Amino acid sequence: MVLKAFFPTCCTSADSGLLVGRWVPEQNSAVVLAVVHFPFIPIQVKELLAQVQQASQVGLAVVGTWCHRQQESEESLGHFLEGLGTIFSHNPWLQLCRERGSKFWSCKATHHQGPGIAGVSREDHVILIFYDQRKVLLSYLHPPTILPDGQARDATASSEGLAAIFDTVSRSEVLFCKDQFDEGPVRLSHWQSEGVEASIFMELAKQASGPVCLLVTCLLSLVSAASACRLWKLWPLPFIASKLSTCEQLHHRLEHLTLVFSTQKAQSPAQLMRKANMLVSMLLDVALGLTLLSWLHSNNRIGQLADALIPMADHVAEELQHLLQWLMGAPAGLKMNRALDQVLGRFFLYHIHLWISYIHLMSPFIERILWHVGLSACLGLTVALSILSDILALLTFHIYCFYVYGARLYCLKICGLSSLWRLFRGKKWNVLRQRVDSCSYDLDQLFIGTLLFTILVFLLPTTALYYLVFTLLRLLVVTVQGLIHLLVDLINSLPLYSLGLRLCRPYRLAAGVKFRILEHEAGRPLRLLMQINPLPYSSVVRTYRLPSCGCHPKYSWGSLCRKLFFGELIYPWKQRGDKQD
Amino acid sequence: MEDERIFSDICGGRLALQRRYYSSFCREFCVSCPRLSLRSLTSVTCTVWLVAYGLFTLCENSTILSAAIFITVLGLLGYLHFVKIDQETLLIIDSLGIQMTSSYASGKENTTFIEMDKVKDIVINEAIYMQKVIYYLCILLKDPREPQKISQVVPVFQSAKPRLDCLIEVYKSCQEVLAHQKATTTRS
Repeated sequence: MVLKAFFPTCCTSADSGLLVGRWVPEQNSAVVLAVVHFPFIPIQVKELLAQVQQASQVGLAVVGTWCHRQQESEESLGHFLEGLGTIFSHNPWLQLCRERGSKFWSCKATHHQGPGIAGVSREDHVILIFYDQRKVLLSYLHPPTILPDGQARDATASSEGLAAIFDTVSRSEVLFCKDQFDEGPVRLSHWQSEGVEASIFMELAKQASGPVCLLVTCLLSLVSAASACRLWKLWPLPFIASKLSTCEQLHHRLEHLTLVFSTQKAQSPAQLMRKANMLVSMLLDVALGLTLLSWLHSNNRIGQLADALIPMADHVAEELQHLLQWLMGAPAGLKMNRALDQVLGRFFLYHIHLWISYIHLMSPFIERILWHVGLSACLGLTVALSILSDILALLTFHIYCFYVYGARLYCLKICGLSSLWRLFRGKKWNVLRQRVDSCSYDLDQLFIGTLLFTILVFLLPTTALYYLVFTLLRLLVVTVQGLIHLLVDLINSLPLYSLGLRLCRPYRLAAGVKFRILEHEAGRPLRLLMQINPLPYSSVVRTYRLPSCGCHPKYSWGSLCRKLFFGELIYPWKQRGDKQD
Repeated sequence: MEDERIFSDICGGRLALQRRYYSSFCREFCVSCPRLSLRSLTSVTCTVWLVAYGLFTLCENSTILSAAIFITVLGLLGYLHFVKIDQETLLIIDSLGIQMTSSYASGKENTTFIEMDKVKDIVINEAIYMQKVIYYLCILLKDPREPQKISQVVPVFQSAKPRLDCLIEVYKSCQEVLAHQKATTTRS
């Protein structure tokens, strides 16, 4: 197997010394983490390594020597470095050497066959792989390696492929905390953070986050206690609440807040990301809501809206009346059953009349209602949109009623026709066995059945037409509501923090690595540059999507068409039936 | 060591296969398609603009002409950035892994790296594509739970679709590296 030496790019210009790192025997690779400079006392180096090893649970060792030939006289140093191999015994012993004025490095890996026999050694092929220590340290590899429960934290470093290298570097963070300019007994060279800018704000935020979290948790527990009060469990209230999307949205937001401000620390990076995503989506939501609020409250826009709303409802009602009158005549040249047509049309006209008077009764209060609804936008744009969707549902209640009546009539006809059709074939529906059985009918029964079938068949087109028109109207309203819900869902579930991280710090979310071959010369070890392969945007969204409200019916197009054809009620009543099943 | 040979793809188009042997355990194969030709670009642009001009004479609305310009420019950018793949590279490094890179005409690169301990084998496979049978090179991945089974098949040179003679060249070199790997793993 070819020996692989992972070398940090930040150490390429370090002075000569010892290579400190981890040896992964399964993959025959050495991960170099730092370079120890001369002069040092071997005992102290070993002590330091033991300390780091205890803190990080990674088997650190001195894996070889590093020689940067710039100033030193070369011959003496070479012998000295070889001598070090006897003090720090490691198998294989790496000897990296960078020569002055040359881009190419030389690298030797020596296997000592036995402790006593010096000089008998075997040399391997070596690949030098450069990696950026900072990026590898900060990146989070996807998909995460799944560890069995309980040993996620304290397990020793894994040895599965490239994850082992990422794991080794991220666990040895203790080593990187040592300042390289410290006058300690051992001088190290490795990647070092250059300090965080504006760190005073970070510190203040860290200090403040604890009390803020406690305060918000207290408030939230109050709110949830109030919402768990028995008054809300009285009969009509839970039913109404389950139908109003505003309640669902508020509930959803409350859950988010509880999770974000929980005083427990996030267990894993995925959970941390989830919290951050929730926080950012909530902040964006509130910011958009405040923008909407300021827009609404400038220039008396609420008054204008309220003034425009009543004429619009009137206009809709007028259009509906026209539509009904058209249906009561001969719509599109169809000849309907006149009597049934008139009855249905009058019934619906009366309904519209009722609705209009109701709206006019409401009209003095509409402006005030709108003003209060506008205030709710400070809870977030999603809440405002949900309220808008509910208002739309209330304002188009007459359309919904028409649809229900039309669908019920149509369903009745279809059921009657289907059972009578079975009668002609000498069959009947057996309720007990849930199947169609054969049955012999009397002559009277057949006669009555034929009569009823004829009547139903001739009345079907009139009912079907009313059903068709009102279903189309209802579908229009449902589509508009669906679009609003889609927008709410988008704001609720888009992982904005992860997307921002992917945009500004692509290496933080790693899908894997990619290698680039650096310039190569025959007879020298191959040099590769390991870069982080960022996660594509689509899988960022897929991995970190927040769960949405889930208040939408999950129909396929086929089942929707089937339901429409047989006159079964679609959204929202059927959903409740499904839950009961 | 580096050499370049000319092959053809399944439709008879010209393909260039570059082989770079860095050492006995690291090889790179690079299949490059011909670049976007000026002739096809001109013909597509002319067609779009002629259609737009025809519509313009019919309805006398000048927004059609500006829309046509936008559509051509955006379409060209999208084509170069998301569709047109100029070069596909397969890099195989012993005991490290296999890396597949496809470079788009706009310079975007899409890289996938498969670690060697997940690779089961590299084979040439047959497939029915449109109305003909084609050959393609693919990497078989091990199932992490049952090492004898195959969990996934990753096709290589997916957009270039070279013919069998070219695939055999690549296949033989890859097998050499894999055999070297197997021999050294069992020895040590």
